[in-house]
Amino acid sequence: MSKEILLGDEAIGLGAIHAGISGVYGYPGTPSTEIFEFIERKTKKNGDVHAFWSTNEKVAYEEALGMSWAGKRVLVCMKHVGLNVAADAFMNSAVTGTNGGLVLAVADDPGMHSSQNEQDSRYFAQFALIPCFEPKNQQEGYDMMLEAFELSEALEIPVMVRLITRIAHSRSSVDTVEALPQNPLNPSKEIKRWTLLPNNARVQYKHLTEKQPELLKRSENSVHNELELRGTRGVISCGLVENYLRENLDEDHDLSILSIRQYPIPAEKVRTLVEHVDELLILEDGYPLVENTVRGLFGLIGTEVKGRMTGELPRTGELNPDLVRGALGLPKIEAAHSPSTNLALRPPSLCKGCPHTDSFKALNDALNTFEDPQVFSDIGCYTLAALPPLEAVHSCVAMGASIGMAAGAAHAGYSPAVAAIGDSTFSHGGITPMLSAVQQNVNLNVLILDNDTVGMTGTQRSMSTGRALDDIVHGTGIDPEHVRIILPLPKHHDQNVKIMREELAHDGPSVIIARRACIESIKGH
Amino acid sequence: MQKNIILAGVGGQGILSVAYVFDNAALDAGFYFKQAEVHGMAQRGGAVQSNLRYSDAKIHSDLIPEGRCDMVLAVEPLEVMRYWHYLKPDGWVVTSITPFVNIPDYPEIDTLLTDLAAFPNIVMVDTGHLARAAGNLRSQNMVTVGATSNLLDFTEEQLLKHVEGLFARKGEKIVAVNRKAFLYGRAAGAFFRALVDSGLDAFKAAKLCSKIKPETLAVEYAAAWVERLRNNGALLDTILESGSNVSAEGP
Ligand SMILES: Cc1ncc(C[n+]2csc(CCOP(=O)(O)OP(=O)(O)O)c2C)c(N)n1
Ligand code: SF4
Repeated sequence: MSKEILLGDEAIGLGAIHAGISGVYGYPGTPSTEIFEFIERKTKKNGDVHAFWSTNEKVAYEEALGMSWAGKRVLVCMKHVGLNVAADAFMNSAVTGTNGGLVLAVADDPGMHSSQNEQDSRYFAQFALIPCFEPKNQQEGYDMMLEAFELSEALEIPVMVRLITRIAHSRSSVDTVEALPQNPLNPSKEIKRWTLLPNNARVQYKHLTEKQPELLKRSENSVHNELELRGTRGVISCGLVENYLRENLDEDHDLSILSIRQYPIPAEKVRTLVEHVDELLILEDGYPLVENTVRGLFGLIGTEVKGRMTGELPRTGELNPDLVRGALGLPKIEAAHSPSTNLALRPPSLCKGCPHTDSFKALNDALNTFEDPQVFSDIGCYTLAALPPLEAVHSCVAMGASIGMAAGAAHAGYSPAVAAIGDSTFSHGGITPMLSAVQQNVNLNVLILDNDTVGMTGTQRSMSTGRALDDIVHGTGIDPEHVRIILPLPKHHDQNVKIMREELAHDGPSVIIARRACIESIKGH
Repeated sequence: MQKNIILAGVGGQGILSVAYVFDNAALDAGFYFKQAEVHGMAQRGGAVQSNLRYSDAKIHSDLIPEGRCDMVLAVEPLEVMRYWHYLKPDGWVVTSITPFVNIPDYPEIDTLLTDLAAFPNIVMVDTGHLARAAGNLRSQNMVTVGATSNLLDFTEEQLLKHVEGLFARKGEKIVAVNRKAFLYGRAAGAFFRALVDSGLDAFKAAKLCSKIKPETLAVEYAAAWVERLRNNGALLDTILESGSNVSAEGP
């Protein structure tokens, strides 16, 4: 046994290594990125764990499923919105079931510190009918990984471990155990279970439903679902929110508390609590999943259920000890100073010397002959061009959506239809809409910001940069005359504006690749 | 015993390095600790903070409740104001007075520092001045670590060990610069407090400290400065306007 200082993400990574994984798959995304990076770093020397970033989360999930099929333990990790991309493979993997243990670590971002939404992955676990663990601290995150792999293999089912930003990016010390050996290669020969033709799929889906009572039983008996009955005021806390509750309580408090950290929701324990109390406050980070489930459509007779839906807690955003304190009806703690008002904000911005700045300065000038031109954009450092002083882009929805949306706008008659997308976002989700636009000969202009890396998430390796990117673009069948490469530097500004104007004037699909390496990635290498 | 600290600064200023030093010192000392930090978007030049807690008993929340924070430690002066409502009534502010201006509406610096100086439990150090003297402007974060070191539960050796550990990879020269930055910060923090405790206005004390040669800093000279400035109303302005730094022993 040894002690290490670990981020929540790193504790998950180390737990997976010690559970004997043979591979980790994923696509970067805050706040999940450090899970993969930790495993990559830790196992590099021995080289016995496959660790190579995937093109996107769907690919990552499918690769993980293949490794599970082959009998080995595997971890796949992503941020919450990544699971939307992987959802097809994910949902169906619950139906096929697994062979080697497969654990999905997914990191949600309540409060949207670095995300487009705060969707709650526990719904995905419920949707797919799979179990979900939700650790309350780094130590439990580590411990749960070993359990999650055992459960996955025992019931041949994928298991989700749900993190949120606050645990993913918080450090503490963790006691660790000896690593388990990896599984031998043992491919599944159960062809019917992996071939989801309707006849097989019906059988498999029935199997999945038949696993549910056992999952529920495990939740009811889980050491992670602790019920303590005291007075007639009750609280249910989910995951790490228990910490905010305890922060506000003395040892001799009189609340009856159920802490839920393993799903499906332990119904019997909830019932015992409900029967014991007259009012029940439900604390969960993310959506009010447990709250709405417990209350049902019409509420409970004899027990008032409170939480995000009833105003005791805000409907949206991340919880914290102060919000929980307020919901408990405790007085505010006196502070040395009142909160500052009208304080200058300090939003993030592009690095000094960032190639994106030069690309967007050129684009702004190239478009200045149009009245109020709107530019569809995507997700990455370049999204910061939406803010002053550049204010060059006007949308950011989902990885790759810039191209699809520009195409749709062009179909509707909007011109100029311009999409701005990063190199990694392009390989993640931009290739298919690009192919579609070229094949339909849509009048759109795609600016690909090739900075040689995945900048936003910490300069990971990009799959489609340089030559590979050019080949992919040409591979869509686009007229090579309308694929232009520019060097985004202040001294090339006029020339870059000219090239952009030429392509804006072209009626049909065109691509401009702005190619210069990210400053941060140059520093790092 | 429990200490709750909010580390504040701007993405890229090295808040996480500050946290590293305290985390490891806390682990060495056998304390429980938790430290929540910011990764992602905000690290690109945005406002960043880290909540750091250590204790001899188990800690629940990763986040510090309002009114329970013992210290706001800021590598940048404006950033103090984002978090000082978390401070306990007797909590401390330890801050750099060197502004990091990357926004158009940054307040006028002397107004800002005057507002900060009105806070009674404050330590103000010119991290830019001290880090430059230590040999590298990037070591401002270690200056602030030094400046706190009289207020926390670690010895100079316990902290320095991890300042060295943090930079060991980067070679001896960088280690030496950061060691020096830490020691200058420690001396400057103590000198600033000695000036204030001898009756000098905190704003003036901060301004004076930013003109003193860091290698000469010693608390025993502080009282004489307060006396000197009292007798000569124009002295501080003369020092501030002159291009050169003065010795702590006297002009
Ligand atoms: C489905 C999904 N996966 C991952 C992310 C996280 N994410 C946001 S931007 C980005 C990478 C952007 O890289 P690139 O397109 O090369 O642009 P750069 O940041 O380098 O400018 C990632 C991985 C996300 N928002 N959505
Ligand atoms: S990390 Fe790279 S791509 Fe992102 S803003 Fe900085 S220089 Fe630009």
